[in-house]
Amino acid sequence: MGIRESWFFEVFWKRFRGNRFAVAGGIVVLILFAVSFLSPYLTPWDPDAIDAYHVLLPPSADHWFGTDELGRDVFTRVVYGARISLKVGFVSVGIAVVIGTVLGLVSGFYGGFIDTVIMRFVDIMLCFPTFFLILAVIAMLEPSIWYIMAIIGLTGWMGVARLVRAEVLSLRERDFVLAARALGASDARIIFRHILPNALSPVLVSATLGVAGAILTESALSFLGIGVQPPTPSWGNILTSGKDYIEFGWWLSLFPGLAILVTVLAYNLLGEGIRDALDPRLNR
Amino acid sequence: MAAYILKRIIAMFPLLLGITLISFVVIRLAPGEPVEAMTAMSPKITAETRQRMREFYGLDKPLHVQYVTWLKKIATLDFGRSFAPDNRPVTSKIKERIPVTLSLNIIALILEFGLAIPIGVFAATHRDTLYDKGITIFVFLGFAVPTFWLSLLLMYLFGVKLGWLPISGLHSLGSDSLSPVAWVVDLVKHLILPVSVATFGSLAGLSRYMRSNMLEVIRQDYITTARAKGLTERAVIYRHALRNALLPVITLLGFSLPGLIGGSVIFETIFAIPGMGQLFYQGVMARDYPLVMGILVIGAFLTLVGNLLADVCYALADPRIRHGRG
Repeated sequence: MGIRESWFFEVFWKRFRGNRFAVAGGIVVLILFAVSFLSPYLTPWDPDAIDAYHVLLPPSADHWFGTDELGRDVFTRVVYGARISLKVGFVSVGIAVVIGTVLGLVSGFYGGFIDTVIMRFVDIMLCFPTFFLILAVIAMLEPSIWYIMAIIGLTGWMGVARLVRAEVLSLRERDFVLAARALGASDARIIFRHILPNALSPVLVSATLGVAGAILTESALSFLGIGVQPPTPSWGNILTSGKDYIEFGWWLSLFPGLAILVTVLAYNLLGEGIRDALDPRLNR
Repeated sequence: MAAYILKRIIAMFPLLLGITLISFVVIRLAPGEPVEAMTAMSPKITAETRQRMREFYGLDKPLHVQYVTWLKKIATLDFGRSFAPDNRPVTSKIKERIPVTLSLNIIALILEFGLAIPIGVFAATHRDTLYDKGITIFVFLGFAVPTFWLSLLLMYLFGVKLGWLPISGLHSLGSDSLSPVAWVVDLVKHLILPVSVATFGSLAGLSRYMRSNMLEVIRQDYITTARAKGLTERAVIYRHALRNALLPVITLLGFSLPGLIGGSVIFETIFAIPGMGQLFYQGVMARDYPLVMGILVIGAFLTLVGNLLADVCYALADPRIRHGRG
């Protein structure tokens, strides 16, 4: 087992390293982590410090990305906004992955009636235009980042459930599972010890891509004013000011949007890179 | 074939029931209620009046009773009356928004497919060239660009900076007094930005999809055969490969049906376009339950129909499926 695993990672790593786009995506993701953890040290400004004398200043040596309508430093707010994106991305995808994996495992492993019920539920959830559903729920709740993460997670698990189920269906009949069963292993042990680890690689890909999607959704919600509430900076809500002051400050619109673009791009490239590295039958 | 369609339609009913149940539960379990939202601005309204309003809208009954009442009504396509002050039927509110969203999205859809198919095919036939790589980069950018940000940039560039295009609404002020030709020109100018954004949003995914379909098909044996019998590359690509690569696109067309009518909350809000997305957003903000639930149910229903249409068309187009088990 040990030898096989290290061989697997070696091949994976070799393939992944060969993909320049994927490596670039990975590096950007690492930088984003660093930025989120080190934000107070990266900028001399306070993200919430209002300065009535320096309102809507264009980018300069002092204020790299200019200042907003309240005189706050946009660079600082974009840097702090990275924290929100990271949090939303990981927590909501975490929720989606847990729900999707559990339902997918149960569905695929037990089959029959349980499988039918769970899969019909997936079909129903997939019928809803996701953004409409999220919007409907979020707008009814008190604005809070926890609700946002929960709702994005609760509306995003269906793909994972289907993936995991498909993996389980093919793993269920393999010899090593039959062997475990013959040795008297419990269902739980078979599911978590033998099936789950083998079903995780497609989940990893879909989770990475999911982070990108969650970040886009959060920024759209915040942009509409029902996501992260000011004064907490998020890329989406900085863009709201960008829209309101579009005639006075292009920098308010440009930089937070670029941040979203680069982040989402990085996660997408990373996710695709992982997929290609895991899948020998690549398309490209 | 008829049996297949019938089977699919019957299978839709439990899903429809589930859709209505989820729409209902999701909206009604959320805290905050419409009577409070409606009366929050008028302190004179007493608790008694509020109670009467609740009774009037049926909000005082237990949830399951409300659900059954609502379900019976939507079975007859009656989605109730909006909670908004105008108190009009939800269906009539939706009906007046559909033409706007529908026409805008149809234009965008035509552009999308019209551009994405050649882009994807060309990228596949010129695989690994500079052009293909450029397309790949464009595709990844397209996936990552937030639509609302792109809208903002275009609004700034063409609306504010260059002043070429209007940035909001569908008509200029006083457009009613324009001559018919000028009126149309005015409308087209208003549509350029939103349509471009809507098109760009799905162009990336579609061209990538087209490219991988095409690559998949080119690898097949019958393409090798076609080449081997000395057909020109043109004939191989357009007569043999393209037709097969286009098959899965039918499915995508079916999937885009709900989007055609549902519209997009984001760009309709940004460009102040009076379509379904904007209606939904306004409904959500005003806790207009009947309207929100109505749009959710209709949207989900259209998704079901779209999937069905896609499968049926696919079966019609692909004899392997038609004569298979389906």
